[in-house]
Amino acid sequence: MKKPLLEIQDLHVSVEDKEILHGIDLVIPEGETHILFGPNGSGKTTLLNTIMGLSGYRVTQGRILFDGQDITHLPPYERARLGIGMAFQRPPTLHGVRLRDMVRLAAGNGDTIDIEGMARRLNLTEHLDRDVNAGFSGGEIKRSELLQLRAQSPRLVMLDEPESGVDLENIQLIGQIIAELLQKTTHHHYERRVSGLIITHTGFILDYLEADRGHVLCNGLLQCSGNPREILQNIRQHGYEECVTCRVLQRI
Amino acid sequence: MSRVAEDIKEKARRALEKPAPIGPDVDLRRYRDEVGERPPIEDLSKLPEPQRQRMTKAGIDVTERQRAGSLIVMDHSVVHRRQNIQDLEILDIRQALQSYPDIRDFWWKAVPVDADKFTATAELDLDTGYFIRARAGARSIFPLQACLFIGQDGLAQKVHNLIIAEEGSELHIITGCAVDLNVRTALHVGITEIYVKKGATVTFTMIHNWGENVEVRPRTSIVVEEGGTFISNYVLMEPVQTIQTYPTAYLVGKGAVARFNSVIVGLPGSHIDVGSRVVLQAPETRAEVISRSISAGGRIIARGHLLGEAPRVKAHLECRGLMLRDDGAISAIPELGTRFADVDMSHEAAVGRIAQEEIEYLMARGISKDDAVAIIVRGFLNVKIEGLPAELQADLDRVIQTADLSGL
Repeated sequence: MKKPLLEIQDLHVSVEDKEILHGIDLVIPEGETHILFGPNGSGKTTLLNTIMGLSGYRVTQGRILFDGQDITHLPPYERARLGIGMAFQRPPTLHGVRLRDMVRLAAGNGDTIDIEGMARRLNLTEHLDRDVNAGFSGGEIKRSELLQLRAQSPRLVMLDEPESGVDLENIQLIGQIIAELLQKTTHHHYERRVSGLIITHTGFILDYLEADRGHVLCNGLLQCSGNPREILQNIRQHGYEECVTCRVLQRI
Repeated sequence: MSRVAEDIKEKARRALEKPAPIGPDVDLRRYRDEVGERPPIEDLSKLPEPQRQRMTKAGIDVTERQRAGSLIVMDHSVVHRRQNIQDLEILDIRQALQSYPDIRDFWWKAVPVDADKFTATAELDLDTGYFIRARAGARSIFPLQACLFIGQDGLAQKVHNLIIAEEGSELHIITGCAVDLNVRTALHVGITEIYVKKGATVTFTMIHNWGENVEVRPRTSIVVEEGGTFISNYVLMEPVQTIQTYPTAYLVGKGAVARFNSVIVGLPGSHIDVGSRVVLQAPETRAEVISRSISAGGRIIARGHLLGEAPRVKAHLECRGLMLRDDGAISAIPELGTRFADVDMSHEAAVGRIAQEEIEYLMARGISKDDAVAIIVRGFLNVKIEGLPAELQADLDRVIQTADLSGL
């Protein structure tokens, strides 16, 4: 059994005094990638933002452990420094801050990273000297987030619908880069140290990497978990209704 | 004295008690007018370290390597002058008025001598100033630099500067203003009249590095002829007691352009009232005013006024303010006016604090909260100026990026 990297225990989270997550239990072992499914408004983004430590997501009960350390009340930058990285779904524009500087900042001391090379692969060379996210298209934002994450090189990669807004031309590129981020291109399974938690509606990511486990979040609770491909197929056939009753898949 | 000169003096005498329409009033009698002559300084890099630092922070290159010429005023004396290019003149204004009597035609023509007590006192009790002229077609990528430095506590410094860019010339000027470390109180009154002739370009970058009890009243006007371009950059990131200035550009020739950019940080105790006004008097003229203000406890009034007095003009005004603390104040006052239907004039203004979302975005990349705030603040102040030579933009970036923001 691999050692757990992320452990979430009985997590209750409120946003503006309304409870969104009603007791989540989730373990992601080192080297494993988990997929989070669920209808709109089920609390998927809330879960990721809470793990990142963003304000406005109040943990009222339970705790989050990362690599054995309780991080429930740490500020986001300390979580990031421990190795948690998130691609934002709708990041703000940073006026007067160039993407190049942001990538360098994300890399920490970062004198060893090849910014130009990474940007070229992500078709973002021209964007390096533009303000972060200023006038970026949906797809450009996704690629810019991945560029920053590559520089940051986190141990836990969290992605919120990495496919949304990406044109067909770039979807394959995004899939490949995510696979690399998660060390899925490493042949030796035992060498894999990076874990992932990915929200997806379409399941596109499963075409590019083998995910270890899938979970369905409905109404603020993890309803079921199991083989991500089976879950996806089930959702496609029966919708999320079926998942709530969870007759097909094994209950946690 | 000529009849014209007599008339000017008489107008000034009548305006000597006239307060400015905006800004706190200043009692001129509080400040000393007399001071000893300063000896010349041959080599600026040999200045005492604190003075050199103060000037450098105001954008002055004491090595003069990347400058087309320099003129340094200390108190009431021109202590240093160097001119590297024959067609880009830089002179003591008193000497220029003697050598070139015809420049009297431009004297008090853009700024009225009886505008207020400050213009009046600058006429009646002029200390010094600089004259800059680019001959027709002259150009240099390196700027001319002028420094107005006050080294004596309690002193009033009154200067009158005249800048003429002849037809087709290109002129870049950096004016750095500073006070010495020992200066507690001082008054600076600076009249600047700028004439941009047909097809000429002038960039005028002014960096202020005053002190906590220094009062500052610049009075600046610019006249831009057909096809001419005027670009102003103003940077104030150091304490000042009060400053009130409202430079005004008159676009008198078809297709003339004016751009004003100002970057202001208001520190506790500072009262800052800075505006930019463009009067578009000829068809197809264009103007852009961009101001970025940050209050870290200071009071800032950011004004902007665009007046379309001719058809087919285009002008935009952007005033953004960032409140870093609860004890300061920012008023953004944009104003537009025209009597013509065929104009395109707009403004946007916004004041507020730094968005939490932006701070957390940076924090999620491993950046501490304090560093995140500093990055956002620097970004906010980081205005890229169209038409500014790269060398000058680099100078400006250096001033902004190296400013001490730790106290914010």
